[in-house]
Amino acid sequence: MTTTTERVSTRTPAVPARTRRKPNWNLVLRVVLLMIAAVLTLGPVMWTLSTSLRSPSESFKLPPSFFPWNPDFTSYTQVFKQLDIVILVLNSALVTGLIAVGQMVTAAMAGYAFANLKFRGRGALFSIVLATMMVPVQVTIVPVFMLIRGMGLSDTLLALILPAIPTAFGTFLMRQYFLGLPADLAEAASIDGASPWRTFRSVYAPLAVPGMAIVGILAFNFHWNEFFRPLIMTISERNFTLPLGLVSLQGNLGTGSISVVLAGVVLSMIPALVVFIFGQRALQDGLTAGSGK
Amino acid sequence: MSTTTPRRDRAKQAKPATTQTLKPATPGTSQTASGRHSQRWLAWIFLAPTILGMGLFTLVPIVASVVLAFFRWDIISAPTFVGFDNFAEVVQDPTVRVSFLNTIVFVIVAVAFQLGLALALAVMVQEKMPAWLRTFFRSAFFFPLILSAASVSIFMRYLFNEQFGVVNWFLSFAGIPAVPWLTTPGGSAAVVILVYVWQNFGFSFLLFIGGLASIPAETYEAASLDGATGWRKHTYVTLPLLSPTTLLASVMAIISALQVFDQPYVLTRGGPGDSTRTAVMVIFESAFQRLEFGQASAIGVILTLIIMAITAAQFRLSKRFVFYQ
Repeated sequence: MTTTTERVSTRTPAVPARTRRKPNWNLVLRVVLLMIAAVLTLGPVMWTLSTSLRSPSESFKLPPSFFPWNPDFTSYTQVFKQLDIVILVLNSALVTGLIAVGQMVTAAMAGYAFANLKFRGRGALFSIVLATMMVPVQVTIVPVFMLIRGMGLSDTLLALILPAIPTAFGTFLMRQYFLGLPADLAEAASIDGASPWRTFRSVYAPLAVPGMAIVGILAFNFHWNEFFRPLIMTISERNFTLPLGLVSLQGNLGTGSISVVLAGVVLSMIPALVVFIFGQRALQDGLTAGSGK
Repeated sequence: MSTTTPRRDRAKQAKPATTQTLKPATPGTSQTASGRHSQRWLAWIFLAPTILGMGLFTLVPIVASVVLAFFRWDIISAPTFVGFDNFAEVVQDPTVRVSFLNTIVFVIVAVAFQLGLALALAVMVQEKMPAWLRTFFRSAFFFPLILSAASVSIFMRYLFNEQFGVVNWFLSFAGIPAVPWLTTPGGSAAVVILVYVWQNFGFSFLLFIGGLASIPAETYEAASLDGATGWRKHTYVTLPLLSPTTLLASVMAIISALQVFDQPYVLTRGGPGDSTRTAVMVIFESAFQRLEFGQASAIGVILTLIIMAITAAQFRLSKRFVFYQ
């Protein structure tokens, strides 16, 4: 993605020889249209934030609020009473964290094997791994549910964690990442007499950390927000994850106290927001990876 | 990886003098047969978690899903073989039919809307503009992607409420009477599409931004020397050169739209009536609410076949219409 930005900046002076002479109405029009789109994109989120900071009785009154001028935190104390939100956060954090770590480790190992190690059937095996990306979760969910039940894991957090750890996309990303590292390193290491394991452990694994971070961030973002699998795999409320808990809270409260539900929504957004602020580049690169070739 | 072998030979040839003295010190290192052997061992150890996990949680379930589609099973009693009965029942079931039709209409409208919006915004963002503004717009359009579809649907349900929703409040200034968004079939379908596109257009936008950035500046220079301006520049240069990206973006958008579940489930539960019920919602309901696992698998198999057919058709089409440089 760094190459993209470089290309953008080298390109820009070339295009608008035409626009520089006239007053730049083209730019003004574009910025106005883009601003409208940005307001429509961010507006609902601003409304959610500022409505969660109104008192529950005020929250559904019009005109709506888009900026929290007089923040009122009753809804935030309410949501802790209405909902076992601590349990939900812990469940979500545990599930998401273990999936992310599991994916980072297994994808790095498998990606390294596909990129740097020689063994029979490598090409065929990699094609199978890629092909599994085409199969939607919804199609395999019934047998996975049976399998989990057979393993005695139904209605546990492990039912959410275990099936999500093997990752075709993560393996693909890590393979690309290892292929991008210079091959001379392996050569140098093997001349120095390092075993394949030593070569991985001391030379490649430390260099793979940025790639693993992308896999981890993608896994975190996806599974923190996941709704379909938790809806099916968990039954009792103490095993719910955040999105599931919030949807059932909305069902229980009806339209009575919007701000309480929205306070829960805002709380659930915080980790995603942190990832957005610190890992936006990695997320964008990861999401669009594979579109290059 | 055939390239590694010559490289190793080169390494051996490179220092013939030193190898003679080194050889006794490092007997049997990775250059030899035992080295290749240990590489193979390491490969299988490294692959084991991924391969076993995928076998257990993806490959076996795919096979099981197809097999299960030919059985009647409610988990409690033993499964019975019913041949193609599940498929026959599913194809005739009015709810299933309506749901597939809904899904197809949803995919066509939502994907067209999403791609059109994303392309227009990407073209506007990529032309000359201050860098900070470009960064702001990129982040803003990307933002909804990091939220959970369930949470988004929760707050959108309030925004589209008929009496106190913000959307109707804004519309009232234009003299439009309160729209019954979530209580009428048309209104519900519109909300599901709008909420889905609101959250997902940023992904297509990012793909288009990447595609636009890879169009060489010289192409535009040549076009403007030939007298192309404004719209003509886009129709004759941008669109043809962007077609590989457009194909990729549409394949990805269609595949993910075919699997829509979270938004209609939270926003409307498929209603009113069956008006916003989708294919995946029907799989969910027949399996986990009616315990008809065989029928659910049959619907899943049909959905997978549709997804595979569309993917194949699009890559066929691409050979005819996509312009590769």
